[in-house]
Amino acid sequence: MSDATAYVLLEDGARFDGIACGADTPAVGEIVFTTAMAGYQEAMSDPSYAGQLITFTYPQIGNYGVSAEAMESDRIHARAAIMRAAVNYEDAPGAERGWLDWLRDCGIPAITDLDTRALVRHIRDAGAMRGGVFPARISDREARERIAAEPAMTGRDLAREVTPAEKVVLRGDADGTRIAMIDTGVKLSIVRNLRARGATVELHPCTVTARELLAGEPDAIFLANGPGDPAALEYVVRTVRELVGRLPVYGICLGHQLLCRAVGLETYKLPFGHHGANHPVKDLTTGRTEITSQNHGFAVLGPDGSPTIERDEPVRWETDFGLAELTHINLYDRTVEGLQLLDVPGATVQYHPEAGPGPNDALYLFDRFVEEIGRSADAARLGESPSGRFAGGPARA
Amino acid sequence: MPRRDDIKKILLIGSGPIVIGQAAEFDYSGTQACRVLMQEGYEVVLVNSNPATIMTDPEVATATYIEPLLPGPVAQVIERERPDALLPTLGGQTALNIAKALHEEGTLSRFGVELIGANYEAIDRAENRERFRETMNEAGLRVPRSAIAHSIEDARDAVAEIGLPFIVRPAFTLGGKGGGVVRTEAELERVVGRGLAASPISQVLIEESVLGWGEFELEVMRDRSDNVVIVCSIENLDPMGVHTGDSVCVAPQQTLTDKQYQALRDQAITVIRAVGVETGGSNVQFAVNPRTDEIVVIEMNPRVSRSSALASKATGFPIAKIAARLAVGYTLQEIPNDITRATPASFEPAIDYCVVKWPRFAFEKFPGAEAGLTTHMKSVGEVMAIGRTFRQAFAKALRSRELDLTPRPPADDGELLAALGKPGPERFDHLLEALRRGHPIDELHRRTDIDRWFLRELAEVAETTSAASSPDGEHRGERGKVRTFKAVDTCAAEFAAETPYFYSGWERPGPNGPSHEVTLTERRSVVILGSGPNRIGQGIEFDYCCVHAAETVREQRRDAVMINCNPETVSTDYDTSTRLYFEPLTLEDVLGVCELEKPEGAIVQFGGQTPLKLAEGLHRAGVPILGTSIEAIDLAEDRSRFGPLLDRLGYKAPAYATATSPAEAIERAPQVGFPLLVRPSYVLGGRAMEIVYSVDGLKEYLERVGSAPGRTIYLDRFLEDSIEVDVDALADGEEVWVAGIMQHVEEAGIHSGDSACVLPPHTLGEEMLEQIREHTIGIARALGVVGLLNVQYAIKEEELYVIEANPRASRTVPFVSKAIGLPLAKLATRVLLGERLADLALPSDTTNGHVCVKEAVLPFDRFAGADAMLGPEMRSTGEVMGIAPDFPTAFAKAQAAAGSRLPDSGTAFLTVADGDKPAAIGVATLLDNLGFRIVATRGTAAAIRKMGIPAAAINKIGEGSPHVVDWIERGEVDLVVNTPVGTGARTDGYEIRTAAIARGIPCITTMAGAIAAARAISAARRGAPEVRSLQEIHS
Repeated sequence: MSDATAYVLLEDGARFDGIACGADTPAVGEIVFTTAMAGYQEAMSDPSYAGQLITFTYPQIGNYGVSAEAMESDRIHARAAIMRAAVNYEDAPGAERGWLDWLRDCGIPAITDLDTRALVRHIRDAGAMRGGVFPARISDREARERIAAEPAMTGRDLAREVTPAEKVVLRGDADGTRIAMIDTGVKLSIVRNLRARGATVELHPCTVTARELLAGEPDAIFLANGPGDPAALEYVVRTVRELVGRLPVYGICLGHQLLCRAVGLETYKLPFGHHGANHPVKDLTTGRTEITSQNHGFAVLGPDGSPTIERDEPVRWETDFGLAELTHINLYDRTVEGLQLLDVPGATVQYHPEAGPGPNDALYLFDRFVEEIGRSADAARLGESPSGRFAGGPARA
Repeated sequence: MPRRDDIKKILLIGSGPIVIGQAAEFDYSGTQACRVLMQEGYEVVLVNSNPATIMTDPEVATATYIEPLLPGPVAQVIERERPDALLPTLGGQTALNIAKALHEEGTLSRFGVELIGANYEAIDRAENRERFRETMNEAGLRVPRSAIAHSIEDARDAVAEIGLPFIVRPAFTLGGKGGGVVRTEAELERVVGRGLAASPISQVLIEESVLGWGEFELEVMRDRSDNVVIVCSIENLDPMGVHTGDSVCVAPQQTLTDKQYQALRDQAITVIRAVGVETGGSNVQFAVNPRTDEIVVIEMNPRVSRSSALASKATGFPIAKIAARLAVGYTLQEIPNDITRATPASFEPAIDYCVVKWPRFAFEKFPGAEAGLTTHMKSVGEVMAIGRTFRQAFAKALRSRELDLTPRPPADDGELLAALGKPGPERFDHLLEALRRGHPIDELHRRTDIDRWFLRELAEVAETTSAASSPDGEHRGERGKVRTFKAVDTCAAEFAAETPYFYSGWERPGPNGPSHEVTLTERRSVVILGSGPNRIGQGIEFDYCCVHAAETVREQRRDAVMINCNPETVSTDYDTSTRLYFEPLTLEDVLGVCELEKPEGAIVQFGGQTPLKLAEGLHRAGVPILGTSIEAIDLAEDRSRFGPLLDRLGYKAPAYATATSPAEAIERAPQVGFPLLVRPSYVLGGRAMEIVYSVDGLKEYLERVGSAPGRTIYLDRFLEDSIEVDVDALADGEEVWVAGIMQHVEEAGIHSGDSACVLPPHTLGEEMLEQIREHTIGIARALGVVGLLNVQYAIKEEELYVIEANPRASRTVPFVSKAIGLPLAKLATRVLLGERLADLALPSDTTNGHVCVKEAVLPFDRFAGADAMLGPEMRSTGEVMGIAPDFPTAFAKAQAAAGSRLPDSGTAFLTVADGDKPAAIGVATLLDNLGFRIVATRGTAAAIRKMGIPAAAINKIGEGSPHVVDWIERGEVDLVVNTPVGTGARTDGYEIRTAAIARGIPCITTMAGAIAAARAISAARRGAPEVRSLQEIHS
């Protein structure tokens, strides 16, 4: 009776049938879901999804095809797309190719006609876990073996898989600041936003050393987003530790977690992560709520070691580099969304101000970053030591 | 920020009667707002003229005034109640306009009333076209090139710069009333002229045409701390050119890339900030050129709207409720999301299903009217469907419409394709047919400008559905899947939802069966079937009853399970029932819910004809019907059984016959006798009902209306010049309680839904009233009614005739409930659940010293070309109520509330049929005494002069200019009394009525109505009638 040609199997044995619609090959990894209602191509090409299979909660995927301008990197990083109703219409006004054709060309399996909501509810209750998309010809037993062979996300260094082999220099639109980025899998939107504000961005392999970075005399260090467990990137954390206090350091997403670990804070794995475009985040410096783009599976622990922060207050951490202050909080689950180092220059956010996909509410953060870097560079030229006042945050009390 | 405690008492203005462009959605939003403000501890004063609303239930506000929605009566309420603030953004355009007027005339400042939600400046910036354009330009946003015109000449000048085609949008009108498209120079004068006439300030915007561009709407909310969220995006399948209220829409948007969507989102946020709506919801409309990515802002509503009701139902985000909280000072972050309870309202809903909205049209009610869709809204209701995919939602919406007539696309391909180019009410039925016939997507795209994505999806829908579709066909297209009930949770399952709001979709079952998300409780459940889309004949009154049923079921410690598909209503608020299923009201869909719920029973007597049609199927499937049995319903509906029942009781009824074919009808007609009332069986609102005076007339009718094979045709002797009476009663199978007796103002022959009526009757004697009570009790017992019963009578020459009996809630239940101060539908629900009348402590006498008049509101101004005449087929969309100590004052209030405010002086024009001449003399005498100048056509004038009353004669149209229509158009007539002679043809009467409607001059088409009007004018001379709250009246 069933016309299913593929299925999703989770490591706990839950199975969901559907129709194969991408490359005819299995894929295994961590199965996550995103609640963003548009931006499927951006998600698939976001390096932070390396090692993950994306379940799209929005049912209609592929509606406007794919185009070069929506790429967030040079290729697809997610391992598979899991959908309710995928289409391949290639003649949408801005489309350069059909969505499913593109997945097939890139060798990425996909499954559609699957009860994604049932799958998402399962993950919500049981947590993100390993699993795979399998053509129907692959037996349950074989599928289980493949899943078991896949390493778990915790402790996983996926940055090495997505980092560039060598340094890449991208000039800014104007003669502005120079930013050295440790590229653990940066999204093009971040680079675009920095360059649009005049910054020249140097993308370094994640294995770059502090000495190499300092030798280039950049105005600031930027820690990119990226996939996997920050705890597995101790070599990057060590590099960052050598940089904090010597140059302003900024981070987004994985970069936020890495900077936090570098100053001695702890990270932990969220039950099923934040992936979507609708989480409210409060900027504690302005009191305003912004709607944010989110994509992370790990988060930073609060000052008392608790995963959440009860009140909308700029609580402080004692770090190895002085005090850090909470600047952004997630109003959905009250997790840490951003902080500011008070005694050395540095600030981070957990979410994605660059959008792509998602709302543009937080683009102002790039203005803050670039302005602060410029000010700090001027100060450095005048021989002043970097101050602790950064990213529009409050002065130390 | 916490709630404001510097204000204690808040005035809310409702939206008045249901009219095209302003319907039940404002009862939904207003009710939410009142309840929230009451919960917050404020005193709430409400003014609304519409009794068929939940918001006017006495427990919803502190003081409820059923008064005309005009600045005068509202100012009286302000003077009496002294509210601290006025919240004007929840009662549609009506409330906004009144708030503006009260500000401009100084009433608000005089009594120290603060506008909250939106201040005067913000309202004006959004509503005044010129200021809106300036505001947008200053904010760096593009609006269509445009010019303001105050005259036809202005419009001509503007064409040079703007070019053709262009769009005409009158300032300050509802639902685009009076708007249109000018494609050629020749059309300019007519369309611009109509627009100028429709605008209260004689101002229209002439605008660059963006016809064929994609149309998108975003629902935006802002709080006092300037936090802004987008609740929902809506994409119109119909490109620009068709009013959004008449468009098939989908939520969320489907065809824009993330970058394009984010650009709209950024602009929507810029718009609400630039206009300066401080708190609450607004709706911003955009046109997007899909080829160039150009975006233009079309308009913004600084208030909750039809679209915000749709967005609330589509997402589970209760915009009105939150807007009310924001208006009293809370911020979005401080308000919890009702659905998840764990997260705040400062977020944007994530949807994991598709929502499709279909407009419901009623062109068949207005023969002669232009049936094209334009920027001037014409639909009378809407349905919403939720499916897991667009195809599922679209197919569900198709069958939710409950069309009376199956669309018949032209058999000829050329005609079919040509029809697609002109948007009409059946456009998508035609499109599906064209797809079925294999016309290529590109061809259809070229003709309709509908995005190819939709056309492709529709091609799939076309394969598995037909216009009169059932879920079976759809299921065939969903192989391997089963009906699965999913929840609407605002967050795409990211968080556990608390509020049970469900829809069905087709899904592959897991190893343990379908993944239903419904959690049943230990309590018994009762299914309440709603009334589906609002349409003429079945409107908000039935939703009102369903809401009361749900509330009562919950009070009786059972789970109330609501099934309905109308997004405009209170019944589809997730708060109303224990569990809400947003589903089409077809047998298959309803049984799908019953299979899961296994209810104690189903309530079918409150939702009008819609649930009654399903009663037998439900009964056969083993779902118990609560209250009056299927057998009793059939006994009342089947004339061949009901007639003998009346005979047995010894009650008179007009002679009647039934026929199953036109030939049989013609054969039987003479036995019944002429004039006779003819109609097809099982109809609501007198659909296709007419009075015919001869065999030829009957033949003509049968040819025109056609008859479905096997469908019964009813022939009833029509009692001319009789008085009609409507009775609502409640019975428990033995005892019967007569709740209200209403006397119609118009003579028999006008559909009861269109006739003004009075409670208590103003001219019937106690003996007749007693006879009416006895008859009603006799019929209720003979039928075995358990629940509500409505009986219609005619009184001719002191004899009482039974016209019909309907063992269900009638259209007048809310009116009677408000008039007598007892909630009839709630009492009926208790009886359905097993209580006896004796348990309900009902008073034997329901009169309270007040006279209540219900008046119908007619949509003729929307249907250019249709005759503005009352008849046995119902045409009104809504109703208003006037309450006063005496009949003339109550009637005057009802007239004012219905929008035909009676003049206090001036010129009255009379032209009546010969039979009406004696009555016309009486009316002329009354008007003359009141100082009116009387003018009349030659015959009528002569009759009036004979009685010594001066009456100037003016020309009929055929007698040359200046004739009567010239007089009306020059504004020299203030009141028209015109009783019709003959129907159908384009008579003088037709031209007179059309001209009067176009200029907003009260036009009375019955003599009884004219007498009541004259008395009302006289009563109004004694000064503005007093205003009193329902709570005081019934205390």
